[in-house]
Amino acid sequence: MQQRSFSGVSQSPRSPSKQPPYLAVSVTDPAKMGNGVQAYISYKVITKTNLPEYQGLEKIVIRRYSDFVWLRDRLFEKYKGIFIPPLPEKSTVEKFRFTAEFIEMRRQALDIFVNRIASHHELQQSEDLRIFLQADEQTMERARSQETGIFKKKPADLMQIFKDVQSRVSDVVLGKEKPVEESNPDYEKLKRYVFELEDHLAEAQKHAYRLVKRHRELGQSLSDFGRAVKLLGACEGEALGKAFSELGTKSEMLSFKLPKEAQHLLMNFEEPLKDYVRAVHSVKGTIAERAAAFRQHCELAETIKMKEIDLNKLRLTRSERTADAEHEYEELKADGEEARRRFETIVRLMNEEMVRFQEEKTLDMGHAFHEFAKGQSRLANAIADAWRSLLPKLEACSSS
Amino acid sequence: MMGYENQGHEEAHLYATPEEMESLVLNDNDDSSHHQSQPNHHHPLSSSLPFAAQIPTDDDHLLASPSSLTHSQSQSQNPIPNHSSSSSSFKFILEPPSYADAVFRSFDGDHINETNGHDSSSGDLSSSSPPSTVEYISISVSDPQKEQDLANSLVSGGNTYVTYLITTRTNLPDFNGSEFSVRRRFKDVVTLSDRLSESYRGFFIPIRPDKNVVESQVMQKQEFVEQRRVALEKYLRRLAAHPVIRRSDELRLFLEVDGRLPLVRNTDVASRMLDGAVKLPRQLFGESVGAVDVSEVVQPAKGGRDLLRLFKELKQSVTNDWGGAKPPVVEEDKEFLEKKEKLQDFEQQISNVSQQAESLVKAQQDIGETMGQLGLAFVKLTKFETEEAVYETQRVRAADMKSVATAAVKASRLYRELTAQTVKHLDKLHEYLGAMLAVNQAFADRSSALLTVQTLLSELPSLHLRIEKLEAASSKIFGGDRSRIRKIDELKETIRATEDAKSCAIREYERIKENNKNELERLDKERHDDFLNMLKGFVVNQAGYAEKMASVWDMVAEETNGYAKDGS
Repeated sequence: MQQRSFSGVSQSPRSPSKQPPYLAVSVTDPAKMGNGVQAYISYKVITKTNLPEYQGLEKIVIRRYSDFVWLRDRLFEKYKGIFIPPLPEKSTVEKFRFTAEFIEMRRQALDIFVNRIASHHELQQSEDLRIFLQADEQTMERARSQETGIFKKKPADLMQIFKDVQSRVSDVVLGKEKPVEESNPDYEKLKRYVFELEDHLAEAQKHAYRLVKRHRELGQSLSDFGRAVKLLGACEGEALGKAFSELGTKSEMLSFKLPKEAQHLLMNFEEPLKDYVRAVHSVKGTIAERAAAFRQHCELAETIKMKEIDLNKLRLTRSERTADAEHEYEELKADGEEARRRFETIVRLMNEEMVRFQEEKTLDMGHAFHEFAKGQSRLANAIADAWRSLLPKLEACSSS
Repeated sequence: MMGYENQGHEEAHLYATPEEMESLVLNDNDDSSHHQSQPNHHHPLSSSLPFAAQIPTDDDHLLASPSSLTHSQSQSQNPIPNHSSSSSSFKFILEPPSYADAVFRSFDGDHINETNGHDSSSGDLSSSSPPSTVEYISISVSDPQKEQDLANSLVSGGNTYVTYLITTRTNLPDFNGSEFSVRRRFKDVVTLSDRLSESYRGFFIPIRPDKNVVESQVMQKQEFVEQRRVALEKYLRRLAAHPVIRRSDELRLFLEVDGRLPLVRNTDVASRMLDGAVKLPRQLFGESVGAVDVSEVVQPAKGGRDLLRLFKELKQSVTNDWGGAKPPVVEEDKEFLEKKEKLQDFEQQISNVSQQAESLVKAQQDIGETMGQLGLAFVKLTKFETEEAVYETQRVRAADMKSVATAAVKASRLYRELTAQTVKHLDKLHEYLGAMLAVNQAFADRSSALLTVQTLLSELPSLHLRIEKLEAASSKIFGGDRSRIRKIDELKETIRATEDAKSCAIREYERIKENNKNELERLDKERHDDFLNMLKGFVVNQAGYAEKMASVWDMVAEETNGYAKDGS
């Protein structure tokens, strides 16, 4: 059960100054609910806080995966420019949906997800987070089902946006400039970086996953080998037979350590890498939003210019439509202002987010590397100790 | 009617250095007299004869060296370094390894690496000044050349074949010289192998390489030739490692005599029996050997051209299998039967372990490969982040990543080396699997010799019966029946010859039994030593490389300690 408490929340006017404000969340106790095709996993979400916006010091609610998805989508809509923490993928393979390892991995990922939101200075103030953390199950379900209309972006749409962004980036890279794109060299560099980073990370993650499998395979072959050697020992008998038996037993003993290490590797190294890849996807989502905002801003600016020309024409002719046109023009200008503001907010937020993102990833990766190294060292030491302990026995056999 | 001439000499063809010969001959003479006067024995051939096992000097080699039944290499080793070097290599692991070494060395100092085509190992070891009494023989096969078979080239282009240069270095007294080479083709090797199996029945003779008729056509010529060269070298080295075979004429001629291989079909086994020493077949000297037919007795029927004998023995074996009556001589040596069964079980288990060992090696190899790929992916990532770095945090991350990448690549290399070493050790299992073939052949020699004895034994009663009948019939005629009397005399002659053949066959059978017995002892001893060394080597390697890997990762864990979370 991971609990990441954060320090230094932005000022809340009504918070008592005695205790520093805190918001600590954890996702625990996965439980299988329902039967058959309808079955799903529910999680306990425990909130401990002294923030006034929250009801009481501790609240426990029951949530399922789609509730988390709801939260992520709401935040994505409302906080454009911020890299929303990524969610673990929906499991496509039925077989693994309810294995202990998968459930634990998902729980861990969900816990990290909520905690990242709770420790983000902007996101932590979100109304949707409060609903998520506090609302009773019925309210939550209602909110969740409302999503299928207005706000919920279908994954297909998101994919299309990604593709657009990707093709636009490559067009720019290839020199085929399309009109409605920012011509900001630093930003271009950033976009290229993000796309290339994803490729590199995906490859590393692929090999990390294979490495997990290899550990399991090695464990299996050590076990089979040990068994075969023990049989040979039984056949041989006497000192040599004993030597074989000892070796076989040792091999079998070691074979148990490997799947354990494989699991550790999966949870503490491969999963963080996957998480990194997901985070990059989230960044790409923001890039798409920024592109959309920019386009809107530009299009409105164009429309406003056209409208101005029309308006001036009308003003000259002193048409009775002038008043309406003026009115429309003013409205358009307000929209244009709004669009520009929205776009500039995204730009500002993205710059801040980039810094935070890099910091976060350095920490996450550092921890993952540390766990990886520790795990490998632990395994190697166990192997060395086990084999070394056999040597005196072998020496004894040869002297007899 | 088969006629066998009685040679009447004991076979004393055993592990013998010349010095041991006298005592062996004496013992055998004792044995033969003992054998002939065994009235209280239920069956003349029931149990193996008491044999004072001589321990030849070669056994010291067997004790000291890790050479196996089928594993041959230079024998110039001191008995002592074997044990101390293994413990010293053990100590090596405990000391902090310096892997600034570009080359990671194997962890078992006492394991002599068999490098193809080179006798470098012998060179290294002879530099450690072996005592001059230590015998060695080292063989290498090299330099394949295409040659034309001019004598038989009826077709234009002729019959081409490949010859190999066989170089021998030895200090064994039987050889003329200490270093010499000859050119041989594969057909010569087949001949050598055939001659050896004729002469050394009951011994565990290493199996020669396959003819590979299909592969020789299908494979790339160069690849095939190289594959064969390696196989030939292994085979010859195994022959040289066998304490008895290495002293054989056949091997010596093969290694020494340049030009056409002087091994002929009809080896005079009888002459071998003469003074107990292995001698050259008399044919070589051009002497006619007359009706050397007793020698035929000591060869299995199947190999020979004697159809009548084949038929008789086949009949006998059927009688053995189906007949209610027990054959006059059975394999009653319980110990032998037990041993045989045990060896079959052993063969099964070895095969199983060998298979699992292969899987283990593959798994180790795979994990090493994947680790390497992971390392490379991180190397690329590091490079990327470093080049694209805008923020300091990126540079920090790149640095962390670099140490992980380096460690992963190092670990991958270690796995690769571990795998190579493991293969070398566990290869011993494959060798013993091959040796089992030789054992089975030796047991087959025994069975066929026994069958010959049984066949002859079963003939005698019927012959006697015929004589009785003829005598009875002849006695009724006054003055005797000329033709019948002649017949009786012929039969009596046949009986005599058969008796002689029987004695010969029995002796041969006993000889083979002895060979079996001694070889089994030798196999047990060698197997014990070989396998223990194999296990030790395997374990030392696993431990050593694991330690190295641990320290590689320890360093990274140390460097990233700052990222450790509480409770992790």
